[in-house]
Amino acid sequence: MTQKINTPNRMSEPPSVRLLLIGIALAFIALFLVLPLVSVFAEGLKQGLGFYFQSLRDPLTLSAIKLTLIAAGISVPLNCIFGVCAAWCIAKFDFRGKNILLTLIDLPFSISPVISGLIYVLVFGAQGWFGSWFFDHNIKIIFAVPGIVLATIFVTFPFVARELIPLMQAQGRTEEEAARVLGASGWQTFWRVTIPNIKWGLIYGVILCNARAMGEFGAVSVVSGHIQGQTNTIPLHVQILYESNNFAGAFAVASLLTFLALVTLVLKTWVEYKNTALRGTAFTPVPIGKRAV
Amino acid sequence: MATRRLGAKKLRVLPGFRLTLGFTLFYLGLIVLIPLSAVFVKSSELSWAQFSHTVFSPQALAAYRLSFGASFFAAVVNAIFGLIVAWVLVRYNFLGKKLVDALVDLPFALPTAVAGITLATLYAPNGWIGQLFAPLGIKIAYTQLGIFVALTFIGLPFIVRTVQPVLEDFDPELEDAAASLGANRWQIFWRVIFPTLTPALLTGFALAFARALGEYGSVVFISSNIPMKTQIVPLLIMNELDGFQYAKATALAVVMLVVSFLLLLAVNVLQWWSNRYNTNNLA
Repeated sequence: MTQKINTPNRMSEPPSVRLLLIGIALAFIALFLVLPLVSVFAEGLKQGLGFYFQSLRDPLTLSAIKLTLIAAGISVPLNCIFGVCAAWCIAKFDFRGKNILLTLIDLPFSISPVISGLIYVLVFGAQGWFGSWFFDHNIKIIFAVPGIVLATIFVTFPFVARELIPLMQAQGRTEEEAARVLGASGWQTFWRVTIPNIKWGLIYGVILCNARAMGEFGAVSVVSGHIQGQTNTIPLHVQILYESNNFAGAFAVASLLTFLALVTLVLKTWVEYKNTALRGTAFTPVPIGKRAV
Repeated sequence: MATRRLGAKKLRVLPGFRLTLGFTLFYLGLIVLIPLSAVFVKSSELSWAQFSHTVFSPQALAAYRLSFGASFFAAVVNAIFGLIVAWVLVRYNFLGKKLVDALVDLPFALPTAVAGITLATLYAPNGWIGQLFAPLGIKIAYTQLGIFVALTFIGLPFIVRTVQPVLEDFDPELEDAAASLGANRWQIFWRVIFPTLTPALLTGFALAFARALGEYGSVVFISSNIPMKTQIVPLLIMNELDGFQYAKATALAVVMLVVSFLLLLAVNVLQWWSNRYNTNNLA
């Protein structure tokens, strides 16, 4: 009796309870995550490998892939530049209103994708603020490619910034200051001191940003005119195939996006393994300023 | 005063403050603030009668009820199972643990449209899961139950990812102390561990709830989108947009935005509470 009290066992749930909890957790994960994952590929291959690859080689699929690559290719670098700038001024300098700025940067995360698309329709649509000006100059933004790019930029806006800001805040400014005092120029300091320090955070942010950019559906759906071969991204193409009852085709194209998601998870896990400080911050929109670093 | 001076001087050692802050504010204004303000400006063009007619229409009220109800129950289910998953991942060892840990983020990484068609197919009356329930007379896809399933899927990672780090940092000495004072395992969990997890659990709950309220892609396929029955708020907004009813869509968007801002505020307060909790523990 006394011995039991002197050496309390930290993992003291009885084995039966432990097994039960592991069982519940695994059953929940299997039902909600593994089963959908398996079913994407199963449904995609239902009409055979031939049909699967034929669906992927379809010209409409290829043009959707191209548009998705364009949208991600523009939005990811822009949000990357923004993320570095925002993190630099927030982490390396003191100024008033920093907390408000942090909250505003996070804002796109708390807005429904449908509303993210709607705001651009209100600004650039036919009856929008600048709609008539663009119409007069024969520039189409809504129901065209620029609108899709803008909506994609909006929904992926915080990704890089929210990885870099806490990271650079934790690193402080002493290393950069030392470099400057030793005679390095501003750019030299940035490229030789800051970039190597934030490399993994930057890669992490880019991976997450890219995944969302390629997979965004709701916001892009509002501003796209759903013109096949012109304003369809991969997720929108999946919707059209699914709604025209070409299920095997829809799942074949969806399997591309699923593959992208799996690659994202692998890369993310790899970066977390390389840099343990990044663990667990992925995607979860806990406000930047409030996150425990 | 002296420290202030020093701070001001420090500011000049590193270059680029004006450039980076300027670009940050410019880009933020251009991409986020100006377009977002359009919603409020556009809705202010409506008279109160027009606004309230849209916002309090029976169809809108039914959509709010369904959105809040389904999001709430999905977040509750995620709170229970998310806590178990986080607990198992932190405390126990089993085969494939790393794989499960990585897989938890799948709902974030998987595009919502893919999640949508997959869940709709799985839970349809002839789908892998749907056919198990069909003989019992339970329909899941194309009913409110289906919306709940989609929102549960989408909110799954939030609780796990907010609770996990707090559980990892939990000081085992507190458990030892409780045990040596005679508490049993169940008492230790409820009286010692659970109170520490509460802020994180509530934060995760609020985040999952907020995400579910705005969710569109994963719901649109599994919902039959019947007004008053299976139409959540984002679907209703989309319907108005498809009919070029921009004023109506904007009025509903204002309601949604106000709710999201309130939730954001709640998350901020919860995080502040949880940070204070943790520093108290350290002290």
